[in-house]
Amino acid sequence: MANPLLQAINLTKRYGQFTALSNLNIKIVGPKCVGFLGPNGAGKTTTLKLFTDMIRPTYGHALINGVDVHKNKKIALSMVGTLIETPEVYPSLTEKEALFMIAEIKGVPHKFLERSVKEVVNKVKMKRWLDQKVGKMSKGMKQRINIAAALLGDPDIILLDEPTSGLDPRGMSEVREIIKDLKKEKKLIFMSSHLLSEVSEICDEVALINHGKLMAYGPINEVTSRFSNGRTAIIEVSTIRPLQSSVIKRIRKINGVRGVDILDTKRFNLRLFGGIDAQQKLLESLVKLRIGVISFKPSASALEETYLSVFKETV
Amino acid sequence: MEKLNLGHKNIVPNSIKQVLTMLKYSLLDYVGSRRFFVLLIIVAIIAIMLTAVMAYFRPADSLASPLSFYSNWWGESSTLVIILSAVFFGGDAISGEFQNKTGYFLIGNPIRRSAIYIGKWLAALMASLAILGVFALITIGNGLYYFGLSGLPSQFLEALLFSIFYMVSALGLTFFFSSMFKSSTVAILTTVILLLFAFSLIQALVANLAHVEPWFIITYGAQIISNVLMNPYPPHVSTTSVHSAAGSIASSKAISITTYNASIFEGLMILAAYFLVTIIIGPILFERKEFT
Ligand SMILES: Nc1ncnc2c1ncn2[C@@H]1O[C@H](COP(=O)(O)OP(=O)(O)O)[C@@H](O)[C@H]1O
Ligand SMILES: [Mg+2]
Repeated sequence: MANPLLQAINLTKRYGQFTALSNLNIKIVGPKCVGFLGPNGAGKTTTLKLFTDMIRPTYGHALINGVDVHKNKKIALSMVGTLIETPEVYPSLTEKEALFMIAEIKGVPHKFLERSVKEVVNKVKMKRWLDQKVGKMSKGMKQRINIAAALLGDPDIILLDEPTSGLDPRGMSEVREIIKDLKKEKKLIFMSSHLLSEVSEICDEVALINHGKLMAYGPINEVTSRFSNGRTAIIEVSTIRPLQSSVIKRIRKINGVRGVDILDTKRFNLRLFGGIDAQQKLLESLVKLRIGVISFKPSASALEETYLSVFKETV
Repeated sequence: MEKLNLGHKNIVPNSIKQVLTMLKYSLLDYVGSRRFFVLLIIVAIIAIMLTAVMAYFRPADSLASPLSFYSNWWGESSTLVIILSAVFFGGDAISGEFQNKTGYFLIGNPIRRSAIYIGKWLAALMASLAILGVFALITIGNGLYYFGLSGLPSQFLEALLFSIFYMVSALGLTFFFSSMFKSSTVAILTTVILLLFAFSLIQALVANLAHVEPWFIITYGAQIISNVLMNPYPPHVSTTSVHSAAGSIASSKAISITTYNASIFEGLMILAAYFLVTIIIGPILFERKEFT
């Protein structure tokens, strides 16, 4: 299977005089989860709509696997699952009928229809309601059906526009679990969100957008360290064994470490002075301490700092 | 959850297959909707009232001959049923995709908007024909009661066929307007006003004031449904002079009323033209609309 590819070339959308998206250039290659992060009105939905031919670019191109979405929508979207804003299903259809409709449109072979629908319905925990009319369902249930529809046909690329919006906290965390599961299936997930915590929890990479302009794109730690140059980055470290206090003392002495905040017995936050080089040296030093590091990532609060610093400048 | 390896690759179906998919599920939606039910009730009420009037009053002119029966019944009321169906199923068919956000469920998939449009149009046609069929069955039931099987004039079958053509054409028009506006209310109001009042008014004005044949009006073409039930078929153009009652005969002005009647061929051409233009331009409008 070829590497999934999303690319925008000078992608621009104007509404009259107002520029909703300005010269977006981005190339996202390979299976991973990219968070498209920005405040309300930043241009996230606009971008995703351009990638699904719901709106036309003023100029520039949205390419999926190298195919221009606006010029050749059927081919471009053939291996893509999408969920833009909050779609509604024809109200008199049952959940099953609605999903069959989408599966048939996508070309799931007839003999696999039943199984495909069952599979996605299980993922979103909506099996019980298969024969219920969608018009009678709650917002949260409808959003699950929308996610199920996006997953039908086993797409390589999944475009999600604030997939957890409109859900209650449990629904939100369930949707996040679904997305995390998808990551294991080697898919390229491009997900917009205005929630930092969500992006830092789920995503490998982040694209920051504000006022229709792309501010940064890259792996989360790279982006955070780029913006925390000369400042403090916060890194969350998890270990396989509980930490001894003697070890913590030695960690404090590592070059650049400004402080250690214990989160629980196997997890702590490091406040680190410096950019990405400092992070790399820190990780090496931690590994040498043989404390059983199993994860090392700039924490949500580091991203938050970046987020605030990026968006403060432009507001 | 374990990933299901279905061992296949989806091949996006051609647009004709996708049209059929849209037809199937839109029809399911239409037939299961309250709207379908309401229209069925309205049509049933119209038919039952007509049946009751016929049975109770036995109007002499209607029961004079099978042709006059079908003329008074089908010729007078079928266009109302057709217009109602066209508005009910077509009035917001496309605008609703924007306003109700159902389009957002479909558009992000590998399907052309025109395939959605045509599929929905076919579904609306089938739902409308079902409604018209119910009305036709009740009409024929009454006809058989009064005149028997031998009293089923061939002109009625022609009228039935023309009604289907009008249905096709009127749905083309309502779909066209529904793709012109994003607001369902505006789209529905436009079609209701046009089909129920404005077209007839323009038709009358054009004929009487300009003395021009209103060949460009859909309702003018649709008159072949009632005209074919007349014996003889009305003349192409007739002028009636009416003297105003007020004032002396000497000073009264004669008002002449001009009535045009399309020939069957002409009427069919008008209906066909409306259908062709709307079924081509409607999907183009839909393709160009943005889901903002
Ligand atoms: N149809 C429209 N006409 C004018 N402005 C619009 C239209 N749609 C969106 N916008 C503006 O474009 C900007 C970006 O919107 P959007 O992409 O929806 O932001 P978000 O990042 O919250 O998804 C907003 O300021 C919004 O007001
Ligand atoms: Mg948005």
